[in-house]
Amino acid sequence: MRNPLSKTITTIEPSGIRKFFDIVSEMEDAISLGVGEPDFDTPWHIRDEGIYSLEKGRTFYTSNAGLKELKIEISKFLDRRYGLRYDANKEMLVTVGGSEAIDIAMRAMLDPGDEVLIPQPSYVSYVPCCVLANGTPVIIELKSENNFRLTAEELEAAITPKTKLLVLPFPNNPTGAVMERKDLEAIAAVIEKYDLFVLSDEIYSELTYLDNHVSIASLPGMRERTIVINGFSKSHAMTGWRLGYACGPEVIVKQMLKIHQFAIMCAPTTSQYAAVEALRNGDEDVKMMREEYNGRRRYLLKRFKEMGLSCFEPFGAFYVFPCIKEFGMTSDEFANELLRSKKVAVVPGTAFGNSGEGFIRISYAYSLDDLKLALGRVEEFITELREKQAGNA
Amino acid sequence: MREKILTFIEKNSRIDLKELAVILGVDETTVMNELESMESEGIICGYHTLINWDKAGVEKVTALIEVRVTPQRGMGFDKVAERIYNYPEVNSVYLISGGFDLMVTLEGRTLREISQFVSDKLSALDQVLSTKTNFILKKYKDHGTVMAAKPKDERIMMA
Repeated sequence: MRNPLSKTITTIEPSGIRKFFDIVSEMEDAISLGVGEPDFDTPWHIRDEGIYSLEKGRTFYTSNAGLKELKIEISKFLDRRYGLRYDANKEMLVTVGGSEAIDIAMRAMLDPGDEVLIPQPSYVSYVPCCVLANGTPVIIELKSENNFRLTAEELEAAITPKTKLLVLPFPNNPTGAVMERKDLEAIAAVIEKYDLFVLSDEIYSELTYLDNHVSIASLPGMRERTIVINGFSKSHAMTGWRLGYACGPEVIVKQMLKIHQFAIMCAPTTSQYAAVEALRNGDEDVKMMREEYNGRRRYLLKRFKEMGLSCFEPFGAFYVFPCIKEFGMTSDEFANELLRSKKVAVVPGTAFGNSGEGFIRISYAYSLDDLKLALGRVEEFITELREKQAGNA
Repeated sequence: MREKILTFIEKNSRIDLKELAVILGVDETTVMNELESMESEGIICGYHTLINWDKAGVEKVTALIEVRVTPQRGMGFDKVAERIYNYPEVNSVYLISGGFDLMVTLEGRTLREISQFVSDKLSALDQVLSTKTNFILKKYKDHGTVMAAKPKDERIMMA
């Protein structure tokens, strides 16, 4: 029999998070700090609208690009929150989560040989999506001394004549780093100079704790070269509804729509009706969740300080990314050992790229009580490690 | 800041002051001073425990009693409300708009205890015109807290 598989797909590694997940899921009483989704339920009024739409029998396809009323609400939301203006008819596409938007944006923009700059540590899907779209991923290793922000120098150093697209994953999973306006302005100059495009994954944009999120598309000259990706998963605790969107120049969105049309048809109708309610009456929910996350974030940072664990202050998403280099172990070893001896699961930083080596990702999408319990065990663990080190010295 | 403190402790009054300060991003003295002055101003009226008595295996009966009363000259409803709320078995007394005047919640060990209170004490008051006693059969949610057991965390552990 011939090989049934494509050469491309077999070269792609499965997600590093999943590898660790298999170990964790076999352990019955492990506490996980590895979850990448909100601990809140979708606010009831939003769920209620979803149920209502089912009761009304709204169980048909919507138009390919999404429900008109939802697109109008999205355009109002982007304007009121980030000062972004997009034409709901021509410059917007409702997708199955932000993940689909990442995939189809790359497929719409890349030709074989085009280089895509992907800053890491970052979410696990950019590299595979790029490869599947025949692009060539080029990794930019972000540094902890820059608080894992992308600098103009790092960007410029990675550019070649083949560079076409920059992935901009901020607020960042796994580091929690954000790019402030001044940081964005610095890289915007480079983007313009080399005539690059930007795929700005802003799925965590509602979860920032310093200032309001700034979208690179709101900077002069950037709108026409940026695809903004966002969605409802993190902001409105709607991960399972699978609903996101992409906004950008009509020339690009039009082609993305073709892929979406043939591959997906349309995003789930129930979810779209629920999302209309989320945008019309959900700002208070988002604010409540943001404040709750922020309290936990402060608590975690304080605890790390008490433990003497070095950690830069992250201002976005719901992750902290402490450094574990002092223990002389790899991230993988540290995470495995922590799981084995204290039954606490964290994600090794290397799951998000090589530059995550020496770090672990801790999620604070957990109640304060759960965090306290887990952090107590982490503290025991590192105290024991230090005692062992002192004994060896 | 006051509202933030109140919102937090309304659901979590047992939190350690140090932790509360960290969570709110202010120093401990600020939190302590605010709490003390809100206590003395009567903004914070007490710290209570929400108990599911059913689960504790303790028999209790709660009734919501609708009371129609005659207001008194110069006092309105306050005087009669006071006569009612001074009974220790009375949990709460609210002045209500609509078809009746006062909503009284009452906790007792048995139905008889409650009916005795209503007939001997409440109805016996001169200003009380009529009462209607509603017994609570099951508490689903109380003080913003769902009484059913917390559902298990069904999120996938790593994502």
